[in-house]
Amino acid sequence: MGAGHQGDRIRGRKLTLMKAPSFKYIRADSLDHALDLLADFGEDARVLAGGQSLLPVLNMRLAKPAVLIDINGIASLGGIESSADGLRIGALTRHCEVLASADVARVAPLLSEAMPHVAHPAIRNRGTFGGSLALADPAAEIPAICLALDAVFELRSKRGTRRVPAAEFFLDLYTTMLEPDEILVAAIIPVSDGPQRCAFEELARRRGDYAIVGTGARIRTAPDGSTTVRIAMFGVGSAPILARATARALENRPLDRAALDDAREMLNQDISPMDDIHMSAAAKRYLAGVQLDDVLRRLAA
Amino acid sequence: MEDPATAVPIRLTVNGEVVEHTVAVRQHLADFLRDVLGLTGTHLGCEHGVCGACTINLNGKPVRGCLVLAAQAHGCEVETIEGAGRHDAVQWLQREFHRRNAAQCGFCTPGMLITAADLVQHAGAPTREDIRDHLSGNFCRCTGYQSIVDAVEAVCAAKARGDLS
Repeated sequence: MGAGHQGDRIRGRKLTLMKAPSFKYIRADSLDHALDLLADFGEDARVLAGGQSLLPVLNMRLAKPAVLIDINGIASLGGIESSADGLRIGALTRHCEVLASADVARVAPLLSEAMPHVAHPAIRNRGTFGGSLALADPAAEIPAICLALDAVFELRSKRGTRRVPAAEFFLDLYTTMLEPDEILVAAIIPVSDGPQRCAFEELARRRGDYAIVGTGARIRTAPDGSTTVRIAMFGVGSAPILARATARALENRPLDRAALDDAREMLNQDISPMDDIHMSAAAKRYLAGVQLDDVLRRLAA
Repeated sequence: MEDPATAVPIRLTVNGEVVEHTVAVRQHLADFLRDVLGLTGTHLGCEHGVCGACTINLNGKPVRGCLVLAAQAHGCEVETIEGAGRHDAVQWLQREFHRRNAAQCGFCTPGMLITAADLVQHAGAPTREDIRDHLSGNFCRCTGYQSIVDAVEAVCAAKARGDLS
């Protein structure tokens, strides 16, 4: 090990450099153990899953939790199960696993198309599906795509289990329906009830960065020919956005120029971009319209 | 001494050697490798996951050393640039980086080599676009990336020809 095994010294200097604030660290060895700990510590505790957003927050001392509950050892929280009803993606499933999953590509091609845009390879090896949902970054891909896929989230606490549709889960900036004693244990993505087509676009400063503007769209066609459209946008509000008015303008009609223009007209009702370090709200609003049009032209093709 | 509530014993493998230590739970893995083990080839740039300079292999996969706690590496296999040189892919990359001056100041190079070796080892015949995608999480402020992409492309081509096992 060369210079190793010398204790906490390097070049004779005692090193006390610490970036994160002090906290207690507890490895949960089962889901019940984690839920007991959360029931005890409540808002003083943070769940540590992949840590790809939590550790930066700690390194920069933007949060000071008393306790970190590491759930990485809970095998039952990982993995993707496929059944006739759909997919169940365990909270601890790493982004790289979702990206590589043939089941995801078959049942939720929109998610497969979005995954290469989720961060960079080294972060995808560690970051988790449930972590991205629980964090609820308004510029992240996974929360928005779950909206477009009509996903349902399973939330567990010592008090019991509840299932919350994605459309109700995201409340505001980094704010969800999760109570302090709850863990998001899985996302359930239902099988499409008819043939589906989807398209995804994202504008970011650098491949893998959080979006300036992103759009995921899905259209399902029922046996009677009626269509259901979901359009989810991210980076253009304080939470991921299900653009309901925009989608309604596109249902049960051909996706021709008139339909696309009607949709773009409605978009202003659905999004509420804010100024940020990259650009003004007005510029984001304009780019969202351009991107919506790009996505819809791909859906129509 | 650290407060026992905020320090834990860990046992892990670093570059093939078993290491046992008691670490402060808030110490991230890159600081542990650098400050405790003296493995300073793992560089620290931003410490919030953006720059990629601290990229190391954890159980065979590249991760950010600054976004894993040392305590979380308990029971894991860690490989830093000091140990990664045993891989053919890394040796070839080093040679091609050197040939093209793809390491200028050298700060990003260890993370760049770990990330590029992952692509060389697992991708079939990546395009330049694939290479840029794969390296998108590693900042270089010197080269403009052109020579780095050239070097990775040359190694991938050598592998495709069967020159590299």
